[in-house]
Amino acid sequence: MSSSQWPLWEVFLQKKSGLPFEHAGNVHAPDKEIALQNARDVYSRRNEATCIWVVLSENIISSTPEDVSSFFDPANDKIYRHPNFYKTPGASFE
Amino acid sequence: MTEQEREKQFEAKIAGGQIIEAKDWMPERYRKQLIRIMSQHAHSEIVGMLPEGNWITRAPSLRRKAVLLAKVQDEAGHGLYIYSGTETLNVSRDELTNDLLSGKAKYSSIFNYPTLSWADMGSIGWLVDGAAIVNQTALAKCSYGPYARAMVRICKEENFHHKQGYEILATLMKGTKEQQAMAQDSVNRFWWPALMMFGPSDKDSPNTAELMRWKVKRYTNDDLRQRFIDRTIPQAENIGIKIPDVDLKWDEKTKHYQHGEINWEEFFNVIKGNGICNKERLQSRNDAHEKGTWVREAAEAYARKQSSKQVAA
Amino acid sequence: MTKSINELISEYALRIGDTSLILGQRLGEWCGHGPILEEDIALTNISLDLIGQSRAFLTYAGSLEEKKRTEDELAFFRDAREYKNTLLAEQPNGDFAQTILRQLFISTFQYYFFDKLKQSKDAMFAGLAEKSFKEVAYHVRHATEWTYRLGDGTKESNDKMKHALSELWRYTGDLFLMNETDKILIKEGIAVDLHEVKKDWEKKIREVFLQATLVFPEDNFMITGGILGNHTEYLGHILAEMQILPRSYPGAEW
Repeated sequence: MSSSQWPLWEVFLQKKSGLPFEHAGNVHAPDKEIALQNARDVYSRRNEATCIWVVLSENIISSTPEDVSSFFDPANDKIYRHPNFYKTPGASFE
Repeated sequence: MTEQEREKQFEAKIAGGQIIEAKDWMPERYRKQLIRIMSQHAHSEIVGMLPEGNWITRAPSLRRKAVLLAKVQDEAGHGLYIYSGTETLNVSRDELTNDLLSGKAKYSSIFNYPTLSWADMGSIGWLVDGAAIVNQTALAKCSYGPYARAMVRICKEENFHHKQGYEILATLMKGTKEQQAMAQDSVNRFWWPALMMFGPSDKDSPNTAELMRWKVKRYTNDDLRQRFIDRTIPQAENIGIKIPDVDLKWDEKTKHYQHGEINWEEFFNVIKGNGICNKERLQSRNDAHEKGTWVREAAEAYARKQSSKQVAA
Repeated sequence: MTKSINELISEYALRIGDTSLILGQRLGEWCGHGPILEEDIALTNISLDLIGQSRAFLTYAGSLEEKKRTEDELAFFRDAREYKNTLLAEQPNGDFAQTILRQLFISTFQYYFFDKLKQSKDAMFAGLAEKSFKEVAYHVRHATEWTYRLGDGTKESNDKMKHALSELWRYTGDLFLMNETDKILIKEGIAVDLHEVKKDWEKKIREVFLQATLVFPEDNFMITGGILGNHTEYLGHILAEMQILPRSYPGAEW
């Protein structure tokens, strides 16, 4: 019988309904139910959550530092995507 | 890019105040140093549960019992937050735990001192957590993102630990003669070990220069120790606790307290494993781990059965 | 001498508070020694809920007495014979299997008990039951999930559950013990009829055991007496440890 460690799960918390989920940390757990319970006990002892996501860490696909220039730099010069790019003399858009 | 160029880029990044994230390139030595520091820190939280856990069943009121339980529980949580951060450096919690259990890894020597009276719950909260907060507030600005984020979370929670400890001592100092003596005796025992928590003086701390350049450490051991002393003395005076240091005096010129010589021989002795509770603490952790083995295996076996049932269905 | 209704309610509150306190105290022993860190935190969380419940119920019990004892006077200055907790609560933690099984038995009881106490005509009981019920619902979930894993995990874990069952089963009947106090308070719509709780409890435990591949014992021999102060020897030791400071320094504040 192995006594290797339980798999790693990443924990995301939603503080209040309406707010986005934020990464909180991780827990070890043998399965999804215990992962959820562990996440609840470790990361929401002070009312920090109204909903919890757990996901097996190995299932998260991340971009790498090498991707940075090709992924994100091309968005740098598209200033026309921002509203303050446009001149709208006199008119109110509030 | 050559190794040297990468290293240059890395140093420039840190000098420019940028934060290093898990997947970023980093020199092997930076990674190693972080694993050492972070795992030591995590182990300290976990071993640190034991001296206080020793008094949970004997807490003198239900309120104190609840507070102490919540506090010791937080320490398990803090250990987990930091293990979680350490695992981003490609080392598993299993490896870290094994290093602790085998005695290879270090943890803060303060937890090798015994808790002999209820007042020790006060001293640990006030002095030990007080010192930890000074350390951790600095670490919350360290260059490694996962560590810094864990520290931010921990600092938020740690203030309650500090205050509840002070409250215990303040209550004792307002109490009977026996209670006052209990409080003073406890501070007498914990004051010097608390000062040692900041580590050896800078001239004897081989790692400091490198860690400062990498912004893992933001202040020297002596600076942090001084900060702790300056903020703690007025708190002691406020409740009539005497600090057991005959050389302690306020220096009007520097606006700092001067303190007496720290007994570094004792410090290195405890680190070497000769503290009163070294053996017991490690034994407790080993027992918990061994008694947990069948539980962890059972849960794994159950998970395997469930997923094969799902596949079959 | 007949007791006033307030005295009876006070006694009833003590039973509830004492069970939570003693079980919370037992779980507190795990802190720092759990089988895995995450589980250490989970057990402490349950302990904290229980201590919270005990404080509320003991405070209420004291407020209805002539002596007006505080939660701490009740917790720290009563002897074993005056404690009214259920016998299961004082049984030793044993290994993790025994702790989980004890928790399953008591939490499941509390779940159905508080669910019914929510309807109590005593407004304080109803309110406290509402809050406690939510906490206990999680305790049941936790204990149930672990019972599945230990029962249907490895041969070793199954053996340990069986052993725990043989240690604890004979105290389960004590959960449902009633006396004159219950009779009067049930008539007043204040207390819970434990016959009904027992039916729900058995049904649920049978379900959990089935999934956990454990055999529901048909052995009906039961040791009872918690509400009457007839305890096992363990309680005296729990209290000796728990009460040492307040009793060693009478009159001191902490």
